[in-house]
Amino acid sequence: MIGKTGLLRRLAWLVVLTGILMAVAVEPVSAQQPTPSDDDVNRVAKQMYCPVCENIPLDVCPTQACAQWRELIRLKLSEGLTDEEIRQYFAEQYGDRVLDVPPARGLNWLVYVLPPLFIAGGVWIVARVFRSMVKPSAENAGASLETTPTPSAAEDPYVAKIEEELRRREREGG
Amino acid sequence: MVEERINNAEKTNRQTLPRWVVGLVFAVLIGFLVLIGLGLRRTQEGPIVIGQKVPYFELKTFDGEVYHTQQMQGKVIVVNFWASWCKPCEQEAFELEEAWQFYKPRGDVVFLGVDYVDTEPEAKAFIQQFGLTYPNGPDLRTRISQMFRIQGVPETYIIDREGRLAFVKKGPFLSVTEIRGAVDPLLP
Repeated sequence: MIGKTGLLRRLAWLVVLTGILMAVAVEPVSAQQPTPSDDDVNRVAKQMYCPVCENIPLDVCPTQACAQWRELIRLKLSEGLTDEEIRQYFAEQYGDRVLDVPPARGLNWLVYVLPPLFIAGGVWIVARVFRSMVKPSAENAGASLETTPTPSAAEDPYVAKIEEELRRREREGG
Repeated sequence: MVEERINNAEKTNRQTLPRWVVGLVFAVLIGFLVLIGLGLRRTQEGPIVIGQKVPYFELKTFDGEVYHTQQMQGKVIVVNFWASWCKPCEQEAFELEEAWQFYKPRGDVVFLGVDYVDTEPEAKAFIQQFGLTYPNGPDLRTRISQMFRIQGVPETYIIDREGRLAFVKKGPFLSVTEIRGAVDPLLP
C-alpha cells in the first residue's frame, strides 16, 4: 500500500518529470515574421536595379541573378529589416548604382543641391534682367522726351507750317 | 536712335549684375563642366591592358579573411570573376580548383575568386558544390570588377610577378591544360 505522503511525492515527481520532458521536447520559439508576399518583395525590388541587366528594375527583371536578389529581399524582410535597411544593404554589397535614387552622401549631394541652386539662380538672374529692361526703357523713354531736342518752328519748316495751320483753324473755329 | 536705346539698355543690364554674381555663375558652370568631364573620362576609360600595372586591391573572403594584392608582390595572381547564377562559371570551376591544387604547393601562385553581383547563400552553395578551396569573396560595391572593367562572367585575369597584367581570358577555361598554359610561362 502506498501512503498519502508517498502518493503526493510520486505526483510531485511526475509533475517535475513532465516539466523537464516538456522543456526538452519543446524548442525555444522565437518571434517569427510572417513570410513576405511577392507584393512586399516587389515593393522593395522596384526601387532597385540589377547591374547585370542595366535599366531594368529588379521587380521585372527576368534573369536568375535578379530572381536570387528578390529571394534575398524576401529573406531580409522576413528577418525584420525595413525597406530602407534592405536598400542600404544592397548598396553596401553592390554599390549605389543598384538604387533608383542615389543616396545623399559624398558627391551625390550635388545631384540634390545643384539643380535647385541653378533654378534659383536662373530665376534671380531672369528677374533682374527683366527689371533692368523695364526700368531703363521707362527711364530712356522719359529721358528721350526730355533730352531729345525738339525741333522748333523756326528750325523746321514743316513744324512751322503745322503750327501755322493749327493757329489758322483755331481762328476760323473761334 | 533705336540702336542707341538698345545699347543703353545693354549697358544698364551689365551694370545691374554685380561682378561677383557673374564670377560665381562662371565658377559653378566651370565646376560643373569639370565634373562632367571627369565622369566622361572615367566612363571612356578602357580596361587594363596587357603589360599595364594592375592597381592594388583587397578581397575579403566569405570566411572573413582579407587578401591584399600589395602583400602578394612577387607572386603570380590568378583573379577569376564568377557568379553562382552564371552557367559557364560552372564549367570551369573544377578546372580552376584542380589548377589551384597543382600550384598550391609552390607558394608563388595565388588564386582569388571574385564573386560578382551575387547573393551570399547561393555563392556559398556554389563554392561548396564545386569544392573550391582557394580564397573566394564577394566583389563589394563591384569595386574590383569596375577596376578591371569586366564585361561579364566568367573572366580571368592573370597578373605576373611584377604586378603587370599578363593574361586575360573572357569566358570559361576549358581545361586545366589551358590554365597551365597561361600560368606556367609567368613562373621562373
